[in-house]
Amino acid sequence: MFYRETGQFKTNYADDQAIFPIAQDRWGIYIILGLAFLAAPLIMDDYWGNAILIPFLIYSLIALGLNILVGYCGQISLGTAAFMAVGSYASFKLMTSFPGLDFTIVVILSGLMTALVGMMFGLPSLRIKGFYLAVATLAAQFFLIWLFNKVEWFYNYSATGQISAPERTAFMFPVTGPSASVLYKYYFCLCIVVITALATKNVVRGRIGRSWMAIRDMDIAAELIGVRPVYAKLSAFAFSSFLIGMGGALYFGVWLGAAEPTEAFGIDQSFQILFMVIIGGLGSILGAFLGAGFLWLLPIVLKNFMVDMLGLSTAFSEHMQVIIVGALIIIFLIVEPHGLARLWQILKEKMRLWPFPH
Amino acid sequence: MAFDLFLLEVIVTGLLAGVMYALVALGFVLIFKASGVFNFAQGVMCLFAALTLAGIMEKTGWPAWVAIPLTIGVMIALAWLIERLVLRHLINQDPIILFMATIGLAYVLEGSGDIIWGSDVKVLDIGLPQGAVDWLLDTHNFYIEKLEIFAAVIAAVLVGVLAIFFQKTRIGRALRAVADDHQAALSVGISLRTIWVIVWSVAGIVALVAGVVWGTKSGVQFSLSLIALKALPVLILGGFTSIPGAIVGGLIIGVGEKLAEVYMGPLVGGAVENWFAYMLALAFLLIRPQGLFGEKIIERV
Amino acid sequence: MNFSKAKFAAAILAVAIAAPTAASAYELTLPSLDYRTGPYAPGGIPYANGYHDYFNMLNQRDGGINGVKVNVIACETGYNTKKGVECYEKTKNAGSGALVYMPLSTGITYQLIPKVTADKIPLVTIGYGRTSARNGKVFEYIFNPPATYWDGATVAVKHATDIDGDLKGKKIALVYHNSAYGKEPIRTLEAMAKQRGFELMLLPVDHPGQEQKATWLQIRRNKPDWVFMWGWGVMNQVAIKEASSIRFPMDHFLGIWWSGGENDVLPAGAAADGYKALAFNAVGSDFAVHADITKHVYEKGVAIDQSYAARIGETHYNRGIFAGVLVSEAIKNAMSIHNTKEPTPAQVRDGLEALNITEDKWAELGLAGFTGPVTLSCADHRGSSSIAVQQWDASAKKWNIITDFVAPLDDVTAPLIAADSAAYAAENNITPRDCN
Repeated sequence: MFYRETGQFKTNYADDQAIFPIAQDRWGIYIILGLAFLAAPLIMDDYWGNAILIPFLIYSLIALGLNILVGYCGQISLGTAAFMAVGSYASFKLMTSFPGLDFTIVVILSGLMTALVGMMFGLPSLRIKGFYLAVATLAAQFFLIWLFNKVEWFYNYSATGQISAPERTAFMFPVTGPSASVLYKYYFCLCIVVITALATKNVVRGRIGRSWMAIRDMDIAAELIGVRPVYAKLSAFAFSSFLIGMGGALYFGVWLGAAEPTEAFGIDQSFQILFMVIIGGLGSILGAFLGAGFLWLLPIVLKNFMVDMLGLSTAFSEHMQVIIVGALIIIFLIVEPHGLARLWQILKEKMRLWPFPH
Repeated sequence: MAFDLFLLEVIVTGLLAGVMYALVALGFVLIFKASGVFNFAQGVMCLFAALTLAGIMEKTGWPAWVAIPLTIGVMIALAWLIERLVLRHLINQDPIILFMATIGLAYVLEGSGDIIWGSDVKVLDIGLPQGAVDWLLDTHNFYIEKLEIFAAVIAAVLVGVLAIFFQKTRIGRALRAVADDHQAALSVGISLRTIWVIVWSVAGIVALVAGVVWGTKSGVQFSLSLIALKALPVLILGGFTSIPGAIVGGLIIGVGEKLAEVYMGPLVGGAVENWFAYMLALAFLLIRPQGLFGEKIIERV
Repeated sequence: MNFSKAKFAAAILAVAIAAPTAASAYELTLPSLDYRTGPYAPGGIPYANGYHDYFNMLNQRDGGINGVKVNVIACETGYNTKKGVECYEKTKNAGSGALVYMPLSTGITYQLIPKVTADKIPLVTIGYGRTSARNGKVFEYIFNPPATYWDGATVAVKHATDIDGDLKGKKIALVYHNSAYGKEPIRTLEAMAKQRGFELMLLPVDHPGQEQKATWLQIRRNKPDWVFMWGWGVMNQVAIKEASSIRFPMDHFLGIWWSGGENDVLPAGAAADGYKALAFNAVGSDFAVHADITKHVYEKGVAIDQSYAARIGETHYNRGIFAGVLVSEAIKNAMSIHNTKEPTPAQVRDGLEALNITEDKWAELGLAGFTGPVTLSCADHRGSSSIAVQQWDASAKKWNIITDFVAPLDDVTAPLIAADSAAYAAENNITPRDCN
């Protein structure tokens, strides 16, 4: 009843080709965007911004990037954190070398730089497949982090190898550094995430996105029908790394403000983002957001609930929170093995008839 | 001459370190072989097993020969629970979904191990030999660690027993059948549930062995779960499905990374062994994409 | 849609969190960024317990500081910088507003330096963090008493000189945690190597450091006269075992203070006998403060970690107490300078800069002979420093301080600090303030 596609007739091609052809979807997106843009300022303070919403947006962007590679093109990657590091260090070098550069441009250039590096480490994917491909991205993970930790040029010869984001502006307002307003930082991230999510949604349904999915579903068959694997795989690596690199620049510049390579970009970070993608739903834009929400917001909610509401000790709450998240992952899988995004789809199907079952 | 002896020492140390990695990798291989699952929780299982053993010994003061069977009992009970609560509900799902379930499992085990036994470092001493082999060091100035020789012996025994188990016993053959095809195995009357309990129990015991050896070396604490990272290149190089592969892969990685660190490390600033292991594995895979001992990939449209 | 649901749930929680804290009376609010979980928990637990227990004892024994209750808010970071940021944002406005931060992590310290400076909350890093923060003219809100890693490096070299005489032509290996923390002493040691003519060998160990065979093989081959270690977590235990396996003379193996906890040497058993570490405070529980803590905290059953009772007096625990004393004395100073019972963070900063804990004062606080005097000033945020060497006695299972508390070599570190803080000031457009 609430989610009925029937009766929505299109009278021209433009309507039929819209990103969200169904009116309910369109309205849903408008409502979410409205909430994100208009309601968020009402609750925004330093905690909500710096600890919850900004990280959530940045993780969504990075998960979206990884989802292109893993979910749409079927190439497993365990080197996400290293690609984030490429974005971060690129942005750091750009920010310190060209102080006048607008941060928006820094983010985009960092993304492009990461895309190049990503393509390089994507080359072995032309020969190695499946789980074995993980080794290429793992090599990227360990090698790149080692490089950033070792070569002093990357951290401007500071004594310890820590990098700190100086204050830089985007469209006249500061977005990095300690005195940037949290609300402006939030809007900055939100705009980038919304634009990239819409662009991605478009890309994956276009020719190139369809070639990724053909490769994912069966690469030999795809080759036979004329999809060039070199082109498809490398473009997936490039596009995915582009988003991850932009995410990395925001991660370091806007959110953390300082980073050290071994800790901020360790392999556990790579795993965390892979988990976001799988739990959210492989091959789903919505899934990237749901996965990021599940693995970033849920632990915080659980922790705050146990520590502040129940008054449990911090160590016990932390352990309990880990157990609960783990148990929830298993339960979700048993209920619906294809990720949170699939749950949402099932819900939509239910809504089609509800409350009249026939 | 002294220089050559040192080279030999590096190689031997590398081989033994490789065996230590292989011990961890074995657990992954077992489960992958029998159920096609990449068990992300294997590292945490090592931690959990070692924590349980150290915890029992610390809290009760019982000797190791009482505590070890008890811990094995715990690991078997755990395997049963995992089958009952998780795997049973996920029969015939994609490997990626089972992989995800083991992520959840890793979280649960990590949290509960810490809640039950505390997150402080525990001393684990069940009387394993430690320190250098004295006469070699005294007479030839050649250094080998006793614990690692012991680990090598254990690994050899484990591999022998597992090989016989997989090749010669009825259960072993059933395991291989399950690995090939869940549904086909079910249809010829193999109980998937029993097989899974057995396989996870064996993996739990292997995890205990790895956990004890590594825990003796460094004390039992959270970091123990991170040794799984050391097993990853071994696993990829050796092929996920081959027990000899895990051992040979371990040896290659061990020697390769030690040689790299000792001879190349000083030139470029050190700490190269981690990425070198993966580069080595990558180089091998570019020549042989299915891993050293992996089954040949046959692709059909 | 699920996205907004999650937000909604979080919003409800946020309201619930905010409600009980809104209308309470003024308390001295001290967030404690603990880590009782994760790979570095064995080092984090004793320190956090010491910090909590000290204020708990002040509350129980004296009713707080000058009669004002202290509220220590625990927040779990797991030694993870992302959680560190979350904890900072969560606690900075908690209760009556955070007065002082102590993260016990060099990574989180770097993260917080710009943030606390903008929020004007002092950050006190006891023997860790950014060394050049000693320059109070540039780092207004960052304090690093009583010793920095660079000081540690100079004292380590000094100790080696005391034992072996002239170091010319000798070899020193630095085994370090391959992170910002571990890299801290490198520049100082390089400067000293040039000055004193010894050869420096750098051996990084990656996190977590369970496998160090290659590192120790290199030490076997190159036979350095001394090995210094900047390690944390499992790396320490493994290194100590490896050193004893290759029969490196343990009395020539010297760790930084963070490599000198009980949990670092106990797992190595007898092998650790003779291992040395730097220290800036005494060990053991024979001080009046420990008796008070036992009596007022553990016997009343109000400790944050009641099961810890038998272990009070461990090295890292005593460092927690050390931190507690500095903060409580700074708050007392702030109260008397500004004549208030409700100091603000900026006033506590003034209190820290006026800190002058003489040896008599330490005795008065129930910690006679605990450490040397601590005196801070506006320009000098590290202040007077005294560092000793402790040695592990494996049969008695205890650390013994084997040297006097000595001052580090400031002539070596001063130019390095000036250069590094000037670089920071230039990078962040800070005009050094005037301290007269």
